[in-house]
Amino acid sequence: MSGIPHDHYEPKTGGEKWLHRRLPIVGLVYDTIMIPTPKNLNWMWIWGIVLMVCLILQIVTGIVLAMHYTPHVDMAFASVEHIMRNVNGGHMMRYLHQNGAMLFFLAVYLHMFRNMYYGSYKAPREVTWIIGMLIYLLMMATAFMGYVLPWGQMSFWGATVITGLFGAIPGIGEVLQTWLLGGPAVDNAALNRFFSLHYLLPFVILGLVIVHVWAFHTTGNNNPTGVEVRRGSKEEAEKDTLPFWPYFVIKDLFALVVVLALFWVVVAFMPNFLGHTDNYIEADPLVTPPEIVPEWYFLPFYAILRAFTSDVWVVIAVNWLTFGIVDATFFGVLAMFGAIFVWALLPWLDTSSVRSGRYRPMFKWWFWLFIVNFVVLTWAGAMPAEGIYTNIALIGTTYWFAYFLVIMPLLGVLEKPTTPPETIEQDFKDSVKAKSGNGGSGPSPEQVPAE
Amino acid sequence: MKLRTLALAVAAAAALTLPGDMAEAKKVKGEVTNFDFSFQGPFGSYDRNQLQRGLQVFHEVCAACHGLEYVAFRTLADPNGPQLPEDQMRAFAEMYEVWDPVMRDWRVATANDHFPESGFEGAPDLSLMTKARAGFSGPYGLGINQLIKGIGGPEYIASFLLGYTGEEDFQAGTLFYYNRAYGDWVSMNPVLFDDMLDYADGTPATEEQMALDVAAFLTWTAEPKLVERKQAGFAGLIILTVLASLLYLTNKQIWAPIKKRAKES
Repeated sequence: MSGIPHDHYEPKTGGEKWLHRRLPIVGLVYDTIMIPTPKNLNWMWIWGIVLMVCLILQIVTGIVLAMHYTPHVDMAFASVEHIMRNVNGGHMMRYLHQNGAMLFFLAVYLHMFRNMYYGSYKAPREVTWIIGMLIYLLMMATAFMGYVLPWGQMSFWGATVITGLFGAIPGIGEVLQTWLLGGPAVDNAALNRFFSLHYLLPFVILGLVIVHVWAFHTTGNNNPTGVEVRRGSKEEAEKDTLPFWPYFVIKDLFALVVVLALFWVVVAFMPNFLGHTDNYIEADPLVTPPEIVPEWYFLPFYAILRAFTSDVWVVIAVNWLTFGIVDATFFGVLAMFGAIFVWALLPWLDTSSVRSGRYRPMFKWWFWLFIVNFVVLTWAGAMPAEGIYTNIALIGTTYWFAYFLVIMPLLGVLEKPTTPPETIEQDFKDSVKAKSGNGGSGPSPEQVPAE
Repeated sequence: MKLRTLALAVAAAAALTLPGDMAEAKKVKGEVTNFDFSFQGPFGSYDRNQLQRGLQVFHEVCAACHGLEYVAFRTLADPNGPQLPEDQMRAFAEMYEVWDPVMRDWRVATANDHFPESGFEGAPDLSLMTKARAGFSGPYGLGINQLIKGIGGPEYIASFLLGYTGEEDFQAGTLFYYNRAYGDWVSMNPVLFDDMLDYADGTPATEEQMALDVAAFLTWTAEPKLVERKQAGFAGLIILTVLASLLYLTNKQIWAPIKKRAKES
């Protein structure tokens, strides 16, 4: 499957040959798991496996939960309590599903940051990146609709606020919102369609994940140096790579189990720590909670959404230029979707000739500032949209857009990158020697990835 | 460029050190005492006697207004709960009347029925109240206090019951009472008084004792599988630790020749 020369599956026995002529499925699996993988991958290359396991975990626990859940406004909340109390193991299923969504997002952010640092999105891996962004968008939609299902106060009011964003679109907004909700407000029709879509979208994600894996198996993995695997001959390629099985499968499984152990601690000992207490109150359309906040993984975008109040000069200017069509709310909506859109365009906004951030002295600083900014936006999103908090969110939003639209294009021109190693083989040797020089021998799996 | 980095870093640092009052005000504005409960911490479990006392307080005091609609009487006999003996649990259920939609009439409750819903509109159902309230928050919206002290639902309930200052205010035809834990005026009157009931196990019924007991009981009603969950936590953690160790050693072993070759070349 991959462009890197390697051994392919050869059917040996009569039975294997018989099957291979009719359906080369064993060959497909063999070539997939034996893909030549750069030797020098570090511990940030484990999140793909974690994400795959998250998706399976969510689908499996979700299917079980759906067997006991009732999508009706009068019964949804009680049916979740039924799962928590009467269904065998139901409390674990539900907490695994609830916190599993959070692990899913944590892993996807780390996975994306890894790509950003090592330039994995650059040619020829743009398609992998774009499919990844589509998966991320679908994850957000799925998580949002899933959060509505328990029909708590935050479910209801979160759904009201977020679907209200569509209502902010000039002209067609109200009609669109009504069409999306199946009525004038969040009610039974909305709950039913959210349940239906919440069940459907994970399988769409699964399909895209297969395409995502296919795409990077075609180009080969990136690696911390960003240097391509040599493809002149099989011997040359083998100096740079090792087969995925067993070298990376075992490494990934080890990392996965460590991540799962930490996840298990959260699920078993503090399952509600990252949730919101208001969601243990049944939805009441007549009582607005004092604060409406989404789950933590949406907070950076929630901060961007609320950063643009009507007294920001950009909003005033745009409002005037569009004859009042684009108001502050709609501007916020555009900014929020725009923030994700510019993220997706990264392969074409990054002009640097060097892939990996390791060899980009200026980029490093901007990248880490982006991470800090992401954390600050997360925090600002959890704060009330007033006073200093919207100002902080506005500064954070400005940096977000500046990073993608100004800094990334300019850095490629301004920056003088250092020289990456000639080959992956060289990088691997250097790092092994450097590590053994410190008295250690063999791999040290606990080590934090090299950033 | 450096300057700009610096300016943003300063802005970020300032953001993190701002007084959190503005944000916290909405979350937890009252004073909540960090009481100790037997079910806290990874090894904590419910104290059966305390749950039974709490059940008595709920039955004799709270049940006058509040419901427990998600709690079935049969669960009072469950392991890790109040663990009433089977016959006592049935006798307890018979003290309640429930609406039977088939008979279209009230009838005596049986083990499989749930506690009744709240008696009147102003009184919320208490089944999930300890999970629906936070006792602690912050600092600066970072959630560190909740990580260390817990979310604080049971502490909030106990502090609320003990939080009446005695101040009263008559507004628009309703009497309001000041409550320290809520940090504002509430319409619920103080309900606990020393020795207002006799505990079946002879424990002195002080105001604080009753508040803690009923808070513990309501924690069980909100999270009846707490003990099972923690047990699953330890079992899973042991399995995952063993698995992680084995995978660590396997990984080390299969990479050893590769690294050796790299070092020697």
